Amino acid sequence: MAPLVQSSQPWVEKYRPKQVKDVAQQDEVVRVLTNTLETSNCPHMLFYGPPGTGKTTTALAIAHQLFGPELYKSRVLELNASDDRGINVVRTKIKDFAAVAVGSAQRQGGYPCPPFKIIILDEADSMTEDAQNALRRTMETYSKVTRFFFICNYISRIIEPLASRCAKFRFKPLSEEIMISRVLHICQEEGLNLDPEVLSTLSSISQGDLRRAITYLQSAARLFGSSISKIELISVSGVIPEEVVKSFFAACRGDNFDLANKEVNNVIAEGYPVSQMLSQLFEVVVESDDISDEQKARICKKMGEADKRLVDGADEYLQLLDVASSVMRAMCNMPEDFS
Amino acid sequence: MLWVDKYRPKTLDQAMVHQDIAQNLKKLVSEQDCPHLLFYGPSGSGKKTLIIALLRQIFGPSADKVKVENRAWKVDAGSRTIDIELTTLSSTNHIELNPSDAGFQDRYIVQEIIKEMAKNRPIDTKGKKGYKVLVLNEVDKLSREAQHSLRRTMEKYSAYCRLILCCNSSSKVTEAIRSRCLNVRINAPTEEQIMKVLEFIGKKEGLQLPSGFAARIAEKSNRSLRRSILSLETCRVQQYPFTSNQAIPPMDWEEYVSEIASDVMKEQSPKRLYQVRQKLYELLLNCIPPEIILKRLLYELLKKLDAELKHEVCHWAAYYEHRMRLGQKAIFHLEAFVAKFMSIYKGFLIAAFG
Repeated sequence: MAPLVQSSQPWVEKYRPKQVKDVAQQDEVVRVLTNTLETSNCPHMLFYGPPGTGKTTTALAIAHQLFGPELYKSRVLELNASDDRGINVVRTKIKDFAAVAVGSAQRQGGYPCPPFKIIILDEADSMTEDAQNALRRTMETYSKVTRFFFICNYISRIIEPLASRCAKFRFKPLSEEIMISRVLHICQEEGLNLDPEVLSTLSSISQGDLRRAITYLQSAARLFGSSISKIELISVSGVIPEEVVKSFFAACRGDNFDLANKEVNNVIAEGYPVSQMLSQLFEVVVESDDISDEQKARICKKMGEADKRLVDGADEYLQLLDVASSVMRAMCNMPEDFS
Repeated sequence: MLWVDKYRPKTLDQAMVHQDIAQNLKKLVSEQDCPHLLFYGPSGSGKKTLIIALLRQIFGPSADKVKVENRAWKVDAGSRTIDIELTTLSSTNHIELNPSDAGFQDRYIVQEIIKEMAKNRPIDTKGKKGYKVLVLNEVDKLSREAQHSLRRTMEKYSAYCRLILCCNSSSKVTEAIRSRCLNVRINAPTEEQIMKVLEFIGKKEGLQLPSGFAARIAEKSNRSLRRSILSLETCRVQQYPFTSNQAIPPMDWEEYVSEIASDVMKEQSPKRLYQVRQKLYELLLNCIPPEIILKRLLYELLKKLDAELKHEVCHWAAYYEHRMRLGQKAIFHLEAFVAKFMSIYKGFLIAAFG
C-alpha cells in the first residue's frame, strides 16, 4: 500500500473514476453508457442531480473512453462556470467547435472513436437564458457531428427546449454503504485508520455528497495524521456538534429569554457559522415530534427570513437572537407579528 | 510596547490558548507543503497571532522583518485602466493586506497581487518552499465577484502561492472557497484560559494580582483575550498595587452607549430623540461601527427590560440592522430603532400604569 505521503493533488482528483463502470450507484446511466461504448452512438445527454454524485466524473470518463488520450484534445470541449459563458461564447466558441467536421469512424488504439465530437457544459444551470436559447439551433444543426453533455444541479433552470432535446439522467445521492465502501478504499490506499463509527459520521455529515466526504477526509488526514477521531472529523468539516445545536434548541424552548441570549452569545463566541447553525437547527425542528405543524411553520418562516438577511450581510448575533426569540414565541404561542 | 504585543506568542510552541490547533498546524507545515487555509472565529480569539506564528514556522525568522508599504496598482479592466492604492504589509516571503479597503475594486487587487507573486517566484535553492504566502484579512467583507474570481485563481496559481484567509464569520465566505481551503475554527478563549494568560502576564511583569481580580477582568472582557490584556494594562496604569475591589474601567464608548440607553428609558419624547441623535452622531464621528453601537445598545436595553418586551425589541434590532446593511446612512436606521423602542416602551408604560 502507498505510504502516508500526501501529494499536493487533491484526493478528489486522484481517485476520480477513470472508467464509466467504476462510477458508483448510478446503475441506469452506467448501463446506457456502456451500451454507447459498444455501439459508438449516443444521444445528447443531460445529467442532473445533487453535487458530488458523479456527474462530471461520468461525462469525463465516457469522453476519455470514447476517444482515448490522443484524440481527446481535438474531440472534446469542456466548459465550466469559471470560464466565460455568456451568449458570445455560445455564438463563437461553441459554434466554431461544433461546426468542425470530423473524420469517419475508425478505431484507433483500442478506442471506439465514433465520428462525432463532444461538448461538455458543466454547471449548465448557471448559463443565462439567452445563452441557452442560442444553443437550441446550434444543437440541431450540428447534431451530425456534435453531441452535447449538459451537467447541472437543478434541472428546472434548464430551459424546456434544451431539456427536451436530451436524454435525461438523474443522479441519486449516494447511499451510506456505497459511500463507506468508497471511503474505505481510499483509506486503504492512503494508509488511514478509521473506526466504523467515524465512517458513518463521515457519511452522515456529507449527506450523500462523495466529493465533500473525500475533501473532509483529506483535510482531516492532513491536519491530524493517519488516525482520525469523530470529533476531529467534525471540527474539520465545519459542522456544528449535535450537542451544541441540541442545547441551543433546548434553551429556545424554555421561556427564559436571558438563558437563550446566553446560549446565542456562546454560539457566536465559539465561532460557529450561523448559517450552518440555522440549517442544522432547521433539521432538528422539522424532525421533532412534539411541535405542532403551525409552530414549525412559524419557526421555518423566521429562519428563511434570517437566512436571507445573513446573505445580505446582516450581523450574525442579532439574527440568531431574533431566531431564538421567534422560536420561543412560537413555542409559547405568543402572537406572531409586532405592529 | 503594549502588553498585547509584548506577550503575543512568537512561535506556535509558545501559544497559551489553542495549543492543540497550534500543534496541528505545526505538524501540517512541517510534514508537507501547506494547503490554503481559512481561519475563522470571533475577534480577539487569536487568529492573527496564530497566522503570524505559522508564517514564522514556515519561513523562519525572516518572516518577522515586515515593512509597511503603500503601493499603487494600475490594472487593465477591459476598456479602461484603474488606479488602486492600498497599504500592504510584506516580508520577503509573504504579503498581507486587507482587500476590502479597496471597496468594489477588490477583485482586481486580489488577482493582480496573486499574479505578481506568481511572476516573481522566490528562488530558494536550499529549502523547498517554492511558494509565497498571501494573507488576506476580512475575507467576509470581500465582494461576491472577488470571491468568485478568487476560486479560479486559487487553483491556477496554487503552485506559486498559498492563501491564508482570515475572517470573523465563515457564513459570508462562499462555499466554493471554503471547500478549497482547510477550515480552521478558532473559538474565543474561555474565561479560565483568559485568567491563566492574565496571571502569566502578571507574573512576568512582577505584579501582585489579588485573588478574583483576573476573574473579574476576564468576565468583563466578553471572552476577548486582546481586550482583557488591554484592560489589565489600563488597570495597572490607573492604580497599583491592585486592590481586590478595584473598578475595571469600561470602554468610554460603552459608557456612552449605556448613557444613551438610560436616557431612552427615562423619557420618550421627540425632544429626547433629538438629544439621542446628537449622541449617536458623536459615536459615529469617533468611528465606532454602527452595528456595534446597535448591538451594544440592545445589550444595555435588554438588561433593563421586562421579559415580554425583550422579544419585540430584539426583533426590531435585527430588522433595523439588516436595513442598515442594505442602506447607506447608518444614522437613519439607528435613530429609527431608538424611535421604535421609544414607542414600544411608551405603549407598554401606558398599558401598565395608565
